[in-house]
Amino acid sequence: MLKIATFKRGGVHPDDMKRLSKDCPVERLPMPGELFVSMSQHLGAPATPLKKKGDRVEKGETIGKASSFISADVHSPVRGTVTDVRKVRLATGANADTIIIKPDEEQPELFTSAYDWKEMGSEEIQALVKEMGIVGMGGATFPTSVKFSVPTGKKVEYLVINAVECEPYITCDYRLMMEEPEALLEGAMIAAKAVNPEHIVFGVEMNKMDAVELLSAKAEEKGYPISIQPLKMKYPQGDEKQLLKAVTGREIPSGKLPLDIGCIVCNTATTYAIYEAVKFHKPLFERRITVSGECIRNPKNILAPIGTPFSALLEYCGGASDGLYELISGGPMMGFDCPDGDVPMVKGSGGLLAVPDKIGGREFPCVSCGKCVQHCPMGLMPNRMYRNIKNGNYSEAMALGLMDCKECGCCSYSCPSHINLVQGFKLGKKMGRRK
Amino acid sequence: MITVRTSPHVHDWVSTDKAMVMVTIALLPSALWGVVMFGFKALLVLLVSIISALLTEWLLGKINKENTLTDYSALVTGLLVGMNMPPEVPLFIPLIASIFAIAIVKWTFGGLGCNWANPAIAGRVFVFFSFSSLMSKFKNPWVWGSGAELVASATPLTQVKMEIASGLSSEVIMAEAGTPVSAVASSISSLTGLSPYTVDAFFGFTGGCIGEVSALLLLAGGIFLIAKKVISWRIPLSFILSYALLNWVFGGVRGGNGLFSGEILLPLFSGGLMLGAFFMATDWVTTPTTPKGEVIFAIGCGFFTFLIRCFGSLPEGVSLAILLMNMVSPTIERYCRPKKFGFVKVEKSKEAKA
Repeated sequence: MLKIATFKRGGVHPDDMKRLSKDCPVERLPMPGELFVSMSQHLGAPATPLKKKGDRVEKGETIGKASSFISADVHSPVRGTVTDVRKVRLATGANADTIIIKPDEEQPELFTSAYDWKEMGSEEIQALVKEMGIVGMGGATFPTSVKFSVPTGKKVEYLVINAVECEPYITCDYRLMMEEPEALLEGAMIAAKAVNPEHIVFGVEMNKMDAVELLSAKAEEKGYPISIQPLKMKYPQGDEKQLLKAVTGREIPSGKLPLDIGCIVCNTATTYAIYEAVKFHKPLFERRITVSGECIRNPKNILAPIGTPFSALLEYCGGASDGLYELISGGPMMGFDCPDGDVPMVKGSGGLLAVPDKIGGREFPCVSCGKCVQHCPMGLMPNRMYRNIKNGNYSEAMALGLMDCKECGCCSYSCPSHINLVQGFKLGKKMGRRK
Repeated sequence: MITVRTSPHVHDWVSTDKAMVMVTIALLPSALWGVVMFGFKALLVLLVSIISALLTEWLLGKINKENTLTDYSALVTGLLVGMNMPPEVPLFIPLIASIFAIAIVKWTFGGLGCNWANPAIAGRVFVFFSFSSLMSKFKNPWVWGSGAELVASATPLTQVKMEIASGLSSEVIMAEAGTPVSAVASSISSLTGLSPYTVDAFFGFTGGCIGEVSALLLLAGGIFLIAKKVISWRIPLSFILSYALLNWVFGGVRGGNGLFSGEILLPLFSGGLMLGAFFMATDWVTTPTTPKGEVIFAIGCGFFTFLIRCFGSLPEGVSLAILLMNMVSPTIERYCRPKKFGFVKVEKSKEAKA
């Protein structure tokens, strides 16, 4: 039995709420009437659309071309006709060029023949990862090919597969582990082939012990040199900084990347996408998403094509109940609220939640209880930073470490006065950068 | 209906108003115990301090055109002021203390969250030095049976003070003074060998301010608050431990008994130490926000409590010690920032081996 690891400083323990959708096997969504495939589904420059109104597209065809080094290709999830190319708003609030596709009635069965990746070299795998448009599917959507291009002279010691899923409600990664453990392990081996690490570790939170056991058994059965590390349940355990601290004991220096301490972190869904991309040459055009929350009639885990409007997912789950609720894209700690269901799914969408507006209540003045300081996993002083931002003193807030804040939400979560600290920090970062 | 807000979209149950209610709930058993021990007059004192605190808050809210009664902080302040009053005190004293606490200490500095001193403590200290003799007359609890006459300075603390000066043990001094012992305490004491006065102080069969007599109930209330995560364990534990340690090591020096001869249990259970450590030194507003700062703050409280109780002229020092540390708490916070994540020197070679 492995020792249970965790990070020491800060963190909070919200109710994980995974019971709502934990035992729902992944279902394939019936093809929606229209798909809104955004060109900005990744961190970095948006892709350039290659299609125009009226064009025919094939399933898996590249319809958006990466426009710079940090960018990613976008592929069509279906065979169909482009009905329009226009700006569509995403969950983050950004407007981006979007190719709107009307799928054909008949869809081809593609990407079924397997290739032998063991014959491939590191460059070949990296090229495939780039070609298939793989990005980090945990939410940050950093292009995986960029992450995998290790500069010469740097050595990868740890490849950590992030299967923590510490955001409450979300269960799609858990279902993936339970349903496709062998594919996931193989995906990790493929990724390992690309970056050549010394150790391969899966980090899994303790509320998914069945997944830990299943993966350990399968890894042993296949003889893969992969260890499965159970982690204590604590938010934000799934943040790469906290995850690496727990797994390797190393801290990513401020402003640096995991690679600077010899680590590469890869999300569960991404690992599976790598498996599909390299073994079947299948581009990333569909993903698993959890539709859950107290206001969803039938919470489900769904395999849906990228570009599915959230309204179609909601409809498939029986819709949302009446009353006031929030429609969240992502998890409840860091996700973005959508004003309506017209927002399309992107490569980073792991969850769609409808939760009652629980916070409400009135905001009290700061009573300097220190809960934000004691819960901040980055060791910052949110109370002081917020006071400075409120008074317009952005440079002082930056000096206090504002740029190290990753908006995980632990401070706002624990603030008894219901002060919107994270909102303040988002503003403060924008204003601070401007100067 | 969809509503939109920024992340996070879930929240811990603790909110400022709920926390204040929790503190009130945690204080109530001890306050009620005081009423049971000292009779109807104690209840009147509590009611006067609570109502005057609430009324002051409401009237001042009229000036600001806002209603701050619903954060319940004035309720806690009023209750704490009342619990810090001797049971037979004239009713104008808690009235003055509450008004001073809310109007001068809290409101003039900007209301909730802006005061530099704990209002209840500042209120108590203000009336203590204004009406010293009235504030030092205590009443014996009825369980002692020897009548309900007013006895000046009859709390165990004054006897502890004598012990410190004379070097005799508190048990001898209290027995000589004819301090009564409850039946429960004498039976427990014969079983365990503890001083019966200590047992009485622990259960609350003793003289003192209304809310501070029962160490047991205050302890229970404090543990309830820690379990509910309203307060952290750092302040009460460091406060109590540092005081106990100092008193044990240096408490006997003044009486000529040398080091490591001070008494521990009776001083801990008597006076305002439990009330102070769990309910007044843990005040959110006037304590440092960083964990390290909290510990330093609490050790300072323990140190000054010991200093005043042992070497000062007053028998009680908890409220003064907390007030003193309130003043330096911003400074403590300035020098006790938490260590930021990602600011360690990477020990690559060492860790690679491990």
